[in-house]
Amino acid sequence: MLQVKQLTCVRADRPVFQGLSFDLKASRLMQVVGVNGSGKTSLLRILAGLLKPAEGSVSWRGMPIEQQTSDYSLARVYMGHANALKGDLSAMENLHWACLLAGRDPTQPVIAEALNHWGLNRRHHLPLRVLSQGQQRRAALARLSLLLDAKLWLLDEPFAALDTEAQEALEHLIARFLDEGGSVILTTHQAFGLSPRITDRVDLDRLRASC
Amino acid sequence: MSSATPNQALIGSRWFKYASPATFYPLAGTLAPWFAVLSLLLFGLGLYISFFVAPTDAQQGEAYRIIFIHVPAAWMSMVIYLAMAFWAGLGLAFHTRLSGMMASALAPSGALFTVIALWTGAFWGKPTWGAWWVWDARLTSELLLLFLYLGFMALQAAIEDPRRADRAGALLALVGVVNIPIIYFSVQWWNTLHQGASVSFTRAPSMAMTMLEGMMVMSLACWAYVFAVVLWRVRKIILIRERNSDWVRQLQQKGVL
Amino acid sequence: MLKVFKALVKRDMTLAWRRRTDLLNAVLFFVMVSSLFPLAIGADPKLLRLIGPGVVWVGALLSCQLTLPRLFASDHADQTLEAMVLAPTPLSVLVLAKVLSHWLCANMPLVFIAPVLGMQFGLGPEALGVLALSLALGTPSLSLIGAIAGALTLGLRGAGMLVALLVLPLYCPVLIMGCLAVEATVSGLSPEPYLLLLAAFSLATVAIGPWAIATAIGIAYE
Repeated sequence: MLQVKQLTCVRADRPVFQGLSFDLKASRLMQVVGVNGSGKTSLLRILAGLLKPAEGSVSWRGMPIEQQTSDYSLARVYMGHANALKGDLSAMENLHWACLLAGRDPTQPVIAEALNHWGLNRRHHLPLRVLSQGQQRRAALARLSLLLDAKLWLLDEPFAALDTEAQEALEHLIARFLDEGGSVILTTHQAFGLSPRITDRVDLDRLRASC
Repeated sequence: MSSATPNQALIGSRWFKYASPATFYPLAGTLAPWFAVLSLLLFGLGLYISFFVAPTDAQQGEAYRIIFIHVPAAWMSMVIYLAMAFWAGLGLAFHTRLSGMMASALAPSGALFTVIALWTGAFWGKPTWGAWWVWDARLTSELLLLFLYLGFMALQAAIEDPRRADRAGALLALVGVVNIPIIYFSVQWWNTLHQGASVSFTRAPSMAMTMLEGMMVMSLACWAYVFAVVLWRVRKIILIRERNSDWVRQLQQKGVL
Repeated sequence: MLKVFKALVKRDMTLAWRRRTDLLNAVLFFVMVSSLFPLAIGADPKLLRLIGPGVVWVGALLSCQLTLPRLFASDHADQTLEAMVLAPTPLSVLVLAKVLSHWLCANMPLVFIAPVLGMQFGLGPEALGVLALSLALGTPSLSLIGAIAGALTLGLRGAGMLVALLVLPLYCPVLIMGCLAVEATVSGLSPEPYLLLLAAFSLATVAIGPWAIATAIGIAYE
């Protein structure tokens, strides 16, 4: 589904990695590893379409992503380091808006269910800034529960700063998404329970540009 | 090395051969001294005509001679902004890296000529109108043009990533160039309604032929100067941007740098 | 598409409402700046009537420009803006929604307060009306042009000052036309041509602005 050919990434005139190629099929879980500064975040941003690669191409179902109309933006979900949530809006408002933006329109009960699943019962309508950091992160991840109909999740350090309970919830969610035919590319430093399900692995340290 | 190759799609085209910094660098180095010499010769000739050949003005006496610098500088300030916007547009459309470098190399020269035009305008204004600064439509537009140049340079200076600096500057230059005629006409309108248009640069009714010649030669000298300086500046920018590339390293090994 | 547009306008206005002190501060700034001029120049009614339109317009310009850096900054900081770039809805539609809500929250109050300030400068009722109308017609272009500068300076240090440098020269035509409209009314002429020009300028920026803003945001992320 996602085809990457001879990708080279240059940041601030310094080459980061070069010659990355892979072909990701449906129901696959890919882990991207590499030391800090090896370009993990840059790679995810390139795959999402936020960043232009210096060279190489990324194609989705045979068509380069920069030529895609709305197909690819409906199919892929990108989650960066930040939560992309507003402290002045409630969890409910935040999620509804995020889903609208992503081209979905879930009803209130559906969003409420997703929030409950992430242990945010009775906090649906509080302004997000009164919740703890961990709870805010959960609210951000609850978005994924509402985007199970996507085809590709690009998750940048999704397990960072999660307690075991939330980590398990996320692992279950990813497993379910894989079972339903979705593919996941994630970066992480820590060990996580899905290790047996990892099918693909990219080691950016090996692709370090010689410079 | 990836960063030394320009946009893939353009490589085949002969026109874009010199869009590659690596090929443009030596070309600019060859051309710049010629333009410098040409500019010196023309400045010499132009200043000779302006000071010794052109007759004294009946109304303004010797003071009018400042127009031989003032008018070419004002022309240059506008032409350079247009050139900057042209390169900017090219860079935005085709992703050629040299275009952005040209735009950044042009900006300081443009700002310089704008300052010269304003400065000499003040010098001219003092004996002619008795004031250093008059809110004349052209002077005011020129001042706003200076602000546009300074904004362009401030924006580029604030952005660390050169690729983003080029493209952000390019968009700003395009917005500016769309606005310049609007600014110019609104300022002119403002001027005629507010001031009663008692003073204007267009007053001199019939200009002696030698005066026109002097201005033309001075303008050509300015053109040559801009070519020389911009080519030199673009060489510096290329070296800084491409310092990690193979061809710059080869030059270093050969001891050229 | 329209649904997302409406939702975004509503979201930004909700956010602005929950942070209403910020907006109030911008309005207060407008009032204070305009009130400083009589203190600096003196209370000669004839003089005040002469400078009134210009002072109110400059005050509105500065106040509008003060709120601009925030237009995209918070969405940029928490990466909501990335989600907008990646959304299936075209980015230019989304930024138009953002600019619209900025205009409704930050500039609309100025339109309503301007006549009160105009009274301080002894403008007649007709001139006050034209002052408000000229602001209503001119400020949309201020928001749009300002949003371009805001997008160009995303994430830069000292973005606030930079936005002012980039934007103020571009604001000049609007300032000139706005003031001329009021002055024409004061001296008994028709303000119509100036108001029409203001409207035309705003329409032109509505046509070009969203594209330029979207391009600028794209550049910031490249």
